[in-house]
Amino acid sequence: MILTRLARSGRGGWLLLVAGLVAAFALPWLIYPPVALDIACWALFAASVDLLLGFTGLLSFGHAAFWGGSAYCTGLIALHTGMPFPVAIAGGAVFTALLALPIGFLSVRLSGIYFAMVTLAFAQMIYFVANQWRDVTGGENGLQGIPRELFGLDLSDSFFFYYAGLPFVLAGLFAAWRIVRSPFGRVLVSIRANPDRARALGYPVDRYKLQAFVLSAALAGTAGGVFSVGHGFASLEGVYWTTSGQAVMMVILGGIGTLWGGAIGAALIVQLQDFLATAGFAETGIITGTIFIVVVLLFRRGIWGTARHLLITRRTPATPADVAAEPKKSVDTPV
Amino acid sequence: MLQQAFNGLVGGAFYALLALGLSVIFGMLGVVNLAHGAFYMLGAFGAFIALDAFGLNFWIALLLVPPLLGVAGIVLERLFIRRLTPLDPLYNFLFTFGLALILQDLVKREYGVSSQPYPRPQELDGTVDLGLFTYPAYQVFVLAVSVLMCVAVWLVLTRTRVGMIVRAATERPELTRGLGIDVGRWVTPVFGFGIALAAFAGVLAAPMRAVNPLMGADLIITVFAVVVIGGLGSVFGSVAAGFAVGLVSALGNLYVPALSQILVFILMAVVLLWRPAGLFGREEAFR
Repeated sequence: MILTRLARSGRGGWLLLVAGLVAAFALPWLIYPPVALDIACWALFAASVDLLLGFTGLLSFGHAAFWGGSAYCTGLIALHTGMPFPVAIAGGAVFTALLALPIGFLSVRLSGIYFAMVTLAFAQMIYFVANQWRDVTGGENGLQGIPRELFGLDLSDSFFFYYAGLPFVLAGLFAAWRIVRSPFGRVLVSIRANPDRARALGYPVDRYKLQAFVLSAALAGTAGGVFSVGHGFASLEGVYWTTSGQAVMMVILGGIGTLWGGAIGAALIVQLQDFLATAGFAETGIITGTIFIVVVLLFRRGIWGTARHLLITRRTPATPADVAAEPKKSVDTPV
Repeated sequence: MLQQAFNGLVGGAFYALLALGLSVIFGMLGVVNLAHGAFYMLGAFGAFIALDAFGLNFWIALLLVPPLLGVAGIVLERLFIRRLTPLDPLYNFLFTFGLALILQDLVKREYGVSSQPYPRPQELDGTVDLGLFTYPAYQVFVLAVSVLMCVAVWLVLTRTRVGMIVRAATERPELTRGLGIDVGRWVTPVFGFGIALAAFAGVLAAPMRAVNPLMGADLIITVFAVVVIGGLGSVFGSVAAGFAVGLVSALGNLYVPALSQILVFILMAVVLLWRPAGLFGREEAFR
């Protein structure tokens, strides 16, 4: 049923899905497998941010709390209970959803730029907690040696672990896609477009926002869990605010409100950072910051967004869904 | 305990100066400047470079560095921020985030992550007897200057014609324009002034805090929490909250050291629960 609906969205949809899946499966053959896993994790992380930014109109600048928080939780479960890693990742995702409940409850009372500030502040609180609670999180050393236990299977090779981790990422992306296409997702888009009207139509806007926030956090947590098991460690960097910013950057680079664009953004940024690291250039912020600025100034539709825009303008008129996904108030003419 | 309270007020002075610049900029342009902490850091490095490369002492740096960085802010506003202000405010937020990354890593590339030494000015090297306890003279100076600065800005905003225009443009930009006042003309200097305030705080911080590329990064987020507590868009609220948060975290450090860094965020959560617009904010300001 889902597939038929996907097919109905145009012939291109099928082709893109197949191409995306082929790319996802072929990735560790093409590039260094740990980098491939990073790309997959960041793709899901970016999609979770886009679920809020592109489809609910909320810029969360604190998603590192969920990505990094889940990394710690997943690591702790795997280290102390010796459970198979999928259980640990599921535990991490549940933990982040629970963590997102109070943070979201307080944050969704604000909107726009205030929401971004408050989520950023709460994420920084989680960072300080992780930094100070040394007995549990290991402080600046982080958690080391997180096992990749799966019923005695040998997953020490990152090439094989990529395929063990990929199902979580694909399931997460599928969930994000399902959420966006569901009646629930349409309400989110309407909240993004006009919260007052959505409220007037009888939708409890804040509750919808909170649900979207928790779902998004759980997806970010899943991604963070896979990331921490893949690397075998969880560190303070994961909960630091620049990590939140990086996820947002991937979304913008790929295209806000495109869901898949984030994967392209993730692939580009992760590869770039890997390249800079191998070249011995430590101050990656100079390069990534510049890219960020250029994209925000000149290329706000992002890669996927631009491609889709070109397609749509060729066969007019635009469908309502595409109009809704455009960034709000994105007129290029100065007042 | 009194001494700890005094420490808190000195720490709060930095929060207040940064929050003041942040909310003046926010009020006038609707821009939340994530690079504010980076400009604070640049202010401290400006003082360091002035001494290290040009042999200029603290006092000259205090007079010279903030205007210089203020001019940099003006150029920045003219070239980039201006192009993004008609759009969703999120774009400027993201722009300044990218800028913060660049500035931080540029300084890191030049000077590394370790802290640079910066001596206290000789005139303020001693201690002052405050009756109940003696206290480093420099810290007393920082507190006094910051309070003076905040009061001066307050007076300019409430008692002068320029302040009247800025306040009017902050609250009702369209109406102000309709009354024949060129609002756009005031936007750029206000932005430059906010940046200069951050740089001023940075120069003040150089002799008493570690001068390193990351000194502004963590501070700025705490300042965000301060601004949320004080009331979004409320200049008075952010200054008052700055000193209050400094005081609370210093006393927290004394009684519950484990929570000292987190206390300000807990405070923010309580304020959000009780008054989402902040202690001194107006309801209409945030919806």
